[in-house]
Amino acid sequence: MSLPIALPRDNAAGLIVSAQQIARRVLLNFIRTPQYVVVGTLQGAMFLLIFRYVFGGAIATGGIDYVDFVVPGFITTGVLFNAMYSSVGMAEDMNSGLIARLKSLPIPRSAVLVGRALADTGLQFWSLAITIGLGFAVGFRLHGSWQGALAAAGLVVLFGLVFEWLFLLMGMFAGSAQAAQGGALIIFPFTFVSSAYIPVATMPSWMRGFAENQPVTVMVNAVRGLADGHGAEALLGHPTSYFVIRALIWSVGLIAIFAPLAIAKYARG
Amino acid sequence: MTARLIVEADGLVKTFGKVRALDGLDLSVHSGEVLAVLGPNGAGKSTFINLIATLLRPDGGHLTVGGYDVARQPAMVRRLVALAGQSAAVEPTMTGRENVQMIARLFGQSRSDARRNAAAVLERLGLTESADRLVRTYSGGMRRRLDVGASLVGRPAILLLDEPTTGLDPRSRNELWDVIRALVADGTDVLLTTQYLDEADHLASRIAIVDHGRVVASGTPRELKQRAGSTVVEVHVRDADSLPRVTAALQVLGADAPSIDVPTRSVRVRLDVATQRVFAALRPLDDTGIAIDEVSVRQPTLDEAFLALTGARQEEVA
Ligand SMILES: Nc1ncnc2c1ncn2[C@@H]1O[C@H](COP(=O)(O)OP(=O)(O)OP(=O)(O)O)[C@@H](O)[C@H]1O
Ligand SMILES: [Mg+2]
Repeated sequence: MSLPIALPRDNAAGLIVSAQQIARRVLLNFIRTPQYVVVGTLQGAMFLLIFRYVFGGAIATGGIDYVDFVVPGFITTGVLFNAMYSSVGMAEDMNSGLIARLKSLPIPRSAVLVGRALADTGLQFWSLAITIGLGFAVGFRLHGSWQGALAAAGLVVLFGLVFEWLFLLMGMFAGSAQAAQGGALIIFPFTFVSSAYIPVATMPSWMRGFAENQPVTVMVNAVRGLADGHGAEALLGHPTSYFVIRALIWSVGLIAIFAPLAIAKYARG
Repeated sequence: MTARLIVEADGLVKTFGKVRALDGLDLSVHSGEVLAVLGPNGAGKSTFINLIATLLRPDGGHLTVGGYDVARQPAMVRRLVALAGQSAAVEPTMTGRENVQMIARLFGQSRSDARRNAAAVLERLGLTESADRLVRTYSGGMRRRLDVGASLVGRPAILLLDEPTTGLDPRSRNELWDVIRALVADGTDVLLTTQYLDEADHLASRIAIVDHGRVVASGTPRELKQRAGSTVVEVHVRDADSLPRVTAALQVLGADAPSIDVPTRSVRVRLDVATQRVFAALRPLDDTGIAIDEVSVRQPTLDEAFLALTGARQEEVA
């Protein structure tokens, strides 16, 4: 046994610098891959147009216009569709050899995931801006206060961060981009069997039990209440604060579970 | 030699399910030597490198790097090593320069240091002209060089290169060899894996041959060659009837008996290192007028080296 080699000084980046470098890489990857930007935006637009004009006429939403009902649902669930990309991106990274290099570097274990979460949150802002723009273009109007609207936007970004951790974890477990894409199908029951696009009252009762209590419904209704004011409260049967508080509890709970799990999974390989 | 140990593996075991990728590997690497780990597919080379880089944890035995235990002090180990893994670890949607600068920043370098060091590394690897192009437009060889460059920029004490030249054309391969030799001359300790005996021969001061997760032979290239027979002489004849006569003529050259391969009508002998008389031995063949299709004088293949050094033919890898 010989004496340890003296360590070089200052050759390890801290969490802030390393997360920032990783975030920059994820953002550059997104911006420089035009198909993500174009396909993502088009897909969102098509989806909204179909709901607004094809299904919208057949769906009764009580005292509020269907467009005012669906746009907050659409914006909130958009977060889940974006998280799908995070999952696929993470799965791709795990196989690329880049993660192997990053793991061999003297940076904090959490830096890679924190960096990706930061970048993806930045991308949520971008996609939020587009979906809000689209929403207004198809006739959506705010019926609450502007403070309420800002709070709604803040909640949407927070929900993005919540699902980010879950989907990063799924991406790491998936092992390949295809498997991650398959795993991400789990968003369909959660987005469609929720209050996002239609009132849950029209669903069969066994389904309604799930739809009313699952987190996506709670989150959508919180955003809807803040954006649509009294009309939404009357339709949903609870004051907005009821949903906002529950949505925050869900968010904190889900992050507290999935962020540590994701970081542990990453560190263990 | 009082050089310190930079890597010390003692009974190292790593299993993946039922596969024992490393099965009691013992190996010490001293500072100042360039070690090549040579072995066929699946021998455990990458597993060994990945354990040193702390990407994997050992399941048994001990492994210290620079005096630090990889299982207990991985953070220390990470500050000493840099890895250029077997699959390219660069971001295709960033430029070469952005890639190298990012790694420099992750090694804790300031913005300006990172910029300067990245430029120096890119220059050294002959990538200055393409430094500002997106990596997705690079050829495989350029990516490989960039990959090595990215691992250099942190000025690691120990550089780990997992099959650095696999997939490169002969020219890129030579260029990369030059880069590696220059690094070694600058005092970086290099540990590389390869499937090619000649690569190990060109770069390494010591070779460890690994098979089934163990070191089956190790020594300087010269020592191993003496044991393996440095050169192989192979004669292909037109007519199988003349094989015995050719065998008799080649007998004098070999360290051991020539081997005859009837289907290809060829005789092969490992040249005794002491023998300088290749042409003298072949001349009688000329005189007898045996029709010869081809005579080749070449390095032993990995398979032949294995045979000589381990006494066992390496398993056919499908
Ligand atoms: N992550 C893994 N999961 C399961 N088995 C693995 C894993 N990594 C390696 N192995 C197995 O361990 C053995 C050694 O693999 P390793 O990659 O170390 O070989 P290698 O010498 O680098 O081969 P190559 O020349 O093909 O790169 C092989 O049998 C391989 O299938
Ligand atoms: Mg390998």
